[in-house]
Amino acid sequence: MCAERAAFWEGNVLSSKSDAKERNRVVAAGDGKPLVEMTDITKKFGSVTANDHVSLSIYRGEILSLLGENGSGKTTLMNMLSGIYFPDGGHIRVKGELVTISSPKDALDLRIGMIHQHFKLVNVLTAAENIILGLNESRRLDLKSVRLRVKQICDRYGFVVEPDKKVYEMSVSEKQTLEIVKVLYRGADILILDEPTAVLTPQETRRLFDVMRNMKNDGKAIVIITHKLHEVMEISDRVAVLRKGCFIGDVPTQRTSPQELTEMMVGHAVKLNIERTQPENVRKCLEVEHVSVVDADGVRKLNDVSFTANGGEILGIAGVSGSGQKELLEVIAGLQDALPGGSVIYTDMNGKTSSLIGKTPMEIKKLGVQLAFVPEDRLGMGLVGNLDIADNMLIRTYTEGSGMFVNMKKPRKLAEEIVKEFDVVTPDLQTPVRKLSGGNVQKVLVGREIAGSPSLLMSAYAVRGLDINTSYTIYNLMNEQKRRGAAVIYVGEDLDVLLELCDRIMVLCAGSVSGIVDGRAATKEEVGLMMTHIGGNADKEAGRK
Amino acid sequence: MIHISKRGDFNRFKGDKAWLNRYAGFGVSLIIRLIALLLSLVVSGVLIYSITKLNPVDVYAEMANGVFGTSRRLWVWLRDLALLLTVAVGLAPAFKMRFWNIGAEGQILVGALATSACMIYLGSSGISNTLLLIIMGVSSMAAGALWGIFPAVFKAKWNTNETLFTLMMNYIAIQLTSFFVPMWEHPKGSNTVGVINADTQMGWFPSIAGNQYLLNLLIAVVITIAIFLYLKRSKHGYEIAVVGQSENTARYAAMNVKRIVVRTMTLSGAVCGLAGFLAVAGADHTVSTATAGGRGFVAIIVAWLARFNTITMVIISAMLVFLNKGAIAIASKFNLSNDVSDIIQGIILFFILGSEFFINYKVKFSGRAKE
Repeated sequence: MCAERAAFWEGNVLSSKSDAKERNRVVAAGDGKPLVEMTDITKKFGSVTANDHVSLSIYRGEILSLLGENGSGKTTLMNMLSGIYFPDGGHIRVKGELVTISSPKDALDLRIGMIHQHFKLVNVLTAAENIILGLNESRRLDLKSVRLRVKQICDRYGFVVEPDKKVYEMSVSEKQTLEIVKVLYRGADILILDEPTAVLTPQETRRLFDVMRNMKNDGKAIVIITHKLHEVMEISDRVAVLRKGCFIGDVPTQRTSPQELTEMMVGHAVKLNIERTQPENVRKCLEVEHVSVVDADGVRKLNDVSFTANGGEILGIAGVSGSGQKELLEVIAGLQDALPGGSVIYTDMNGKTSSLIGKTPMEIKKLGVQLAFVPEDRLGMGLVGNLDIADNMLIRTYTEGSGMFVNMKKPRKLAEEIVKEFDVVTPDLQTPVRKLSGGNVQKVLVGREIAGSPSLLMSAYAVRGLDINTSYTIYNLMNEQKRRGAAVIYVGEDLDVLLELCDRIMVLCAGSVSGIVDGRAATKEEVGLMMTHIGGNADKEAGRK
Repeated sequence: MIHISKRGDFNRFKGDKAWLNRYAGFGVSLIIRLIALLLSLVVSGVLIYSITKLNPVDVYAEMANGVFGTSRRLWVWLRDLALLLTVAVGLAPAFKMRFWNIGAEGQILVGALATSACMIYLGSSGISNTLLLIIMGVSSMAAGALWGIFPAVFKAKWNTNETLFTLMMNYIAIQLTSFFVPMWEHPKGSNTVGVINADTQMGWFPSIAGNQYLLNLLIAVVITIAIFLYLKRSKHGYEIAVVGQSENTARYAAMNVKRIVVRTMTLSGAVCGLAGFLAVAGADHTVSTATAGGRGFVAIIVAWLARFNTITMVIISAMLVFLNKGAIAIASKFNLSNDVSDIIQGIILFFILGSEFFINYKVKFSGRAKE
């Protein structure tokens, strides 16, 4: 099966033999011999083949991008190199020697270190303590020499780490830096970074890329797992593409293009643009004023948030994850209590207004508000994983009709329509939705929410984990709702997409509105600055001084 | 090396026939269960032979004879089946909501107490037996419901742990029973309640068409079908399913989670309380701390093995009651101690419960670990 997929690319991709010279040209500091050679690696999880005879080489002094859609097996492959998983078949050679890596310790002994997407740090310990955690170099805890070595590493590559800062006081970016330093401290020469930029602002990403280049120039081998094409083009020397567990090919970054890489990832040509129409018949739909939210632990999640969402328009919401996006949408949907003093006013198509704040979802529903909400947690909030598609259609409408029994006719019909219209891949309508793939789950959820012809559609990270095709399907659906006259609120994480899709973008920073910008005029840097500094001008002012 | 992995979904059938996978998967688990049952019989057989030198086949035949041999035995089996089934069915709504009601034992007991109280205090008041039975049934359900409401309200309001709460409610029910038994003592000094209304038979289930226990069976069947429809087809049943899977989804779907929790536990407690009515009015005609007889806990096994499907519960209860009655029958027939019947029950249950592991997981043996 993999052979077929790869054959499609023979014309475009350098064959492995003629590639050798080319690679030498690309890899500046490399000696041409691979540092790590993975051969015919196979890994199965139950009936799913995560890696199917994948062969990949990693070279010294090179940044290799491992590109592929979600579920293509990138992380699994690297987890086998870092000792988290053990391959079902195939060999791994490090510096030409056959090795068995059965634990992260084995991997570190071979100087392989991985920085995972979810950080593995102890919150109550300091940076220095986290760095030496699990190392038994000497009996006595000598934090002084640790600090010294940490400082050496930082100076060498341009990191900033405060050794005595506790992890829970750190920002996401600081934690990530700490993870990298931790791995370097343990002597890693081969660094694997799993989607390191997913949690970073554009500015932080740039800093990360700088240290990655420094490490590369120092002769380290770096693998970056990602699905963001522009990052691949910016940082890497070589790109290896996986699709559905198969190795599709590798190309020098200089000789490829985002379009070609996308086609390698997806397997066919994809149109990579979003059609943004001028908003028509704009009307006021939702006015949010002075909304503040405090969570159960007393932490302020939203701080005096005010904005307007208009019908016929897509309002994007940008921000580092955890800046209050979830809370904002949940307050509007009645799932979260706000502090007194705020107001949320909804205006329907006929101009009738009603206040939503302090109301339960049931009360909001009874007001006749056509509110559709695609929450971030699809199977934990939007859908019930163990119920089938038709039963999940019932969530919005089960109270309809008199009598104590539910009417299954309508939801069944709706389920059939959604499966047909959005090409949901499922054996049948009776399959529990948790058994569907992420993309199909999202199609079911979005399909149901749109079916109620909403006047307000809120979505949180609607394309997270979806393949490129499905993502574009979702963007089109958002645009369709906008043309219909619905007010669309789109919480996103990919700034490129937000800038292409939205008419206006509200930027949240630590629970406060940092600013609202025109989606057609704003730049990525501008939005990125606003994500980390209220108003986005802290750096500029500092620069003036 | 032993390799244990989660049994994935059955997926031998592709394309148009993919729907067959579900039935094939069901078939596989059925076969595993049958193998487990067979193995348990073989192991018990070996044990029986090694202790008693009796032919296990004879022993098993006697087991069947002990349960189904006479019409009377058959009806006792049906009566006990009806009782266990009612308790298990009563647990179904709570368990489906992931509310771990392990307080069925106490709910049965308070139901039994309420039933007995009605029989004792209203038995000679001159009302008709039918009316008395209705009052008894309603009181037993009310008492059971009360025992269910307490933990539910505390769970809904203060998120207390329902397992501990319902468990402790059992002890309150047992203490209450110990309090009432000397109060209702008959004859004096026996420290037992004795057969209530032995002379008038007021509040006893009437024989229907000559069958003393037919009413027990009818009530259990009606309740089983009613709860089946309630869980599968009603709006309440849908709410229970959603709350059980994810409270967040339930709130998202504009459901009032607290109200659903309290309502469902009221129902669960009421049905378990009704089982107490069946036990007193339909079988024992007396009450003691042993009235529930551990059925509240056996019913948990029934509910789980049936995966909360009330119709499947019929089969599981039938099997467990058969096992219990049969083991007692062979112990008395072959003059074995009661412990032997416990051992046999234990072995068979061990295999049946153990088979769940093999239904969920695949175990592979390989000669040597691959490199």
